[in-house]
Amino acid sequence: MSSPTRAEICATALADCFRGDGEILASPIGTLPTIGARLARLSFEPDLLLTDGVAFLRADVAPVGDANGAEPVVEGWMPYRRVFDVLWSGRRHVIMGATQIDRFGNQNISAIGPYERPKVQLLGPRGGPGNTLNHPTSYWVPRHGPRVFVERVDDVCGIGADRAAALGPRAARFHALRRVVSNLGVFDFATPDGRMRLASVHPGVSVDEIVAATGFELAVEADVPETRAPTPDELRLLRERIDPSGLGAREVPS
Amino acid sequence: MDKRRSEEEAVGELRDGMTVGIGGWGARRKPMSLVRAMLRSPLRDLTIVSYGGPDVGLLCAAGKVRKVVYGFVSLDSIPLEPHFRAAREGGRVEAAELDEGMLQLGLQAAAWRLPFLPTRAGLGSDVMTHFPGLRTVRSPYDDGEELVAMPALELDAALVHMNRADAQGNAQFLGPDPYFDDLFLGAAKKRLLSCERVVPTEDLLKGGAVQTLLVSRMLVDAVVEAPGGAHPTECPPDYPRDEDFQRAYVAAAQDATAWSSFEARYLDVPNEADYQKRVRSR
Repeated sequence: MSSPTRAEICATALADCFRGDGEILASPIGTLPTIGARLARLSFEPDLLLTDGVAFLRADVAPVGDANGAEPVVEGWMPYRRVFDVLWSGRRHVIMGATQIDRFGNQNISAIGPYERPKVQLLGPRGGPGNTLNHPTSYWVPRHGPRVFVERVDDVCGIGADRAAALGPRAARFHALRRVVSNLGVFDFATPDGRMRLASVHPGVSVDEIVAATGFELAVEADVPETRAPTPDELRLLRERIDPSGLGAREVPS
Repeated sequence: MDKRRSEEEAVGELRDGMTVGIGGWGARRKPMSLVRAMLRSPLRDLTIVSYGGPDVGLLCAAGKVRKVVYGFVSLDSIPLEPHFRAAREGGRVEAAELDEGMLQLGLQAAAWRLPFLPTRAGLGSDVMTHFPGLRTVRSPYDDGEELVAMPALELDAALVHMNRADAQGNAQFLGPDPYFDDLFLGAAKKRLLSCERVVPTEDLLKGGAVQTLLVSRMLVDAVVEAPGGAHPTECPPDYPRDEDFQRAYVAAAQDATAWSSFEARYLDVPNEADYQKRVRSR
């Protein structure tokens, strides 16, 4: 088998976000997070629950983008009102996108520019505020750049480590930012004040490249490891079972 | 009581300046035939409460809206709603943004006649300053936890679209998700319900199990039979989203001339039946 592509490295890093989560609802937003969640489910996190993207919990794992595939094996009902039940119970880990994200992991998906009259109106806050205060959250950024990794986000939807700390230990006791995965590297918040740290660089990417593409000062340690490659079994799952049509490579070209 | 009405009669219950909740979710099972009747009416200055889709977009484009209360506005398969976007970027509508779950709790509080419901969602986010007048509350118990007091979202009127209903307003969803339609109705004074087909009461359970009877007639003032009434949004199992139409809608929204001709072609019609004819004859 040929060596892993950048998209496959990202999918594996996204799967690793769910490592240790056990029997909870994984809610990946976007193509590669979905591929990652399915990889986790088929390998090291077999108890994860996944939805079909509509309102069903699906017991089987289908290839991504497979609208005309096998009849789904439905193991449960998860309409939006029950998604809120699950998220407020904490039995969920979401991977959201971020149009902007800052050094503490504050995320914006609502609007760019002033709130009263934005320069660019985006989606709105969606579930960002509630997700981040109730259960583990990770982020996925397919195009790492200084306009995404910014000094200050224009509208705080998902709340970061500084804002969680300001709420105090009780209100923020379920706040858990796990990781940010981008097309260039993996980041976490394992610093004393919860600032973003470069956890690993994807193969073929330099630390300098990441620092230059980041609009704030990242915590960077002396030795930054390389993001792990998928195992041969994981690579086979990715190519043959989860993403045979190569949709991941459309999100992150090699 | 037979509550059957036309779109025009139902929407005739609405007044300028009202707060109107719209059921469905994004571009899914939206009461679009009622929204189109609103476009044909002289209504203005409305506050719209919605898990927003083309309902919000069309009402903004027609200049009917003063303020939007939303967790998101999206067309699902196309992430951003072009008219809502233009209205916000042009400073033509006020925004009151909320976490999606807060919106549910606001409707639930209104439906239960409570002043607020407590939640953790929102704390620390910019929703706290962007939603006017939002306050927190401290738990009276030993934990003393500070929580968001999500205020009741009391609606002057609510509009929802269901798959089936009887003439009295007992209504059924046959797709995978009820969304929050029962809460919108429960939170509202005037409750307008459209459906794909009005059926005799005794036929309701022929279509689905008793759990699909989401809406009771005590929550409904008007029943509008509107086949295709959710178009272009999806209304499974009756029909999927009309993706071609939605793409044409988004393309037309990019400039004023294209939008005028889209309006002339589909929206400047005397009634819903003519709209449906225009859509079919594409």
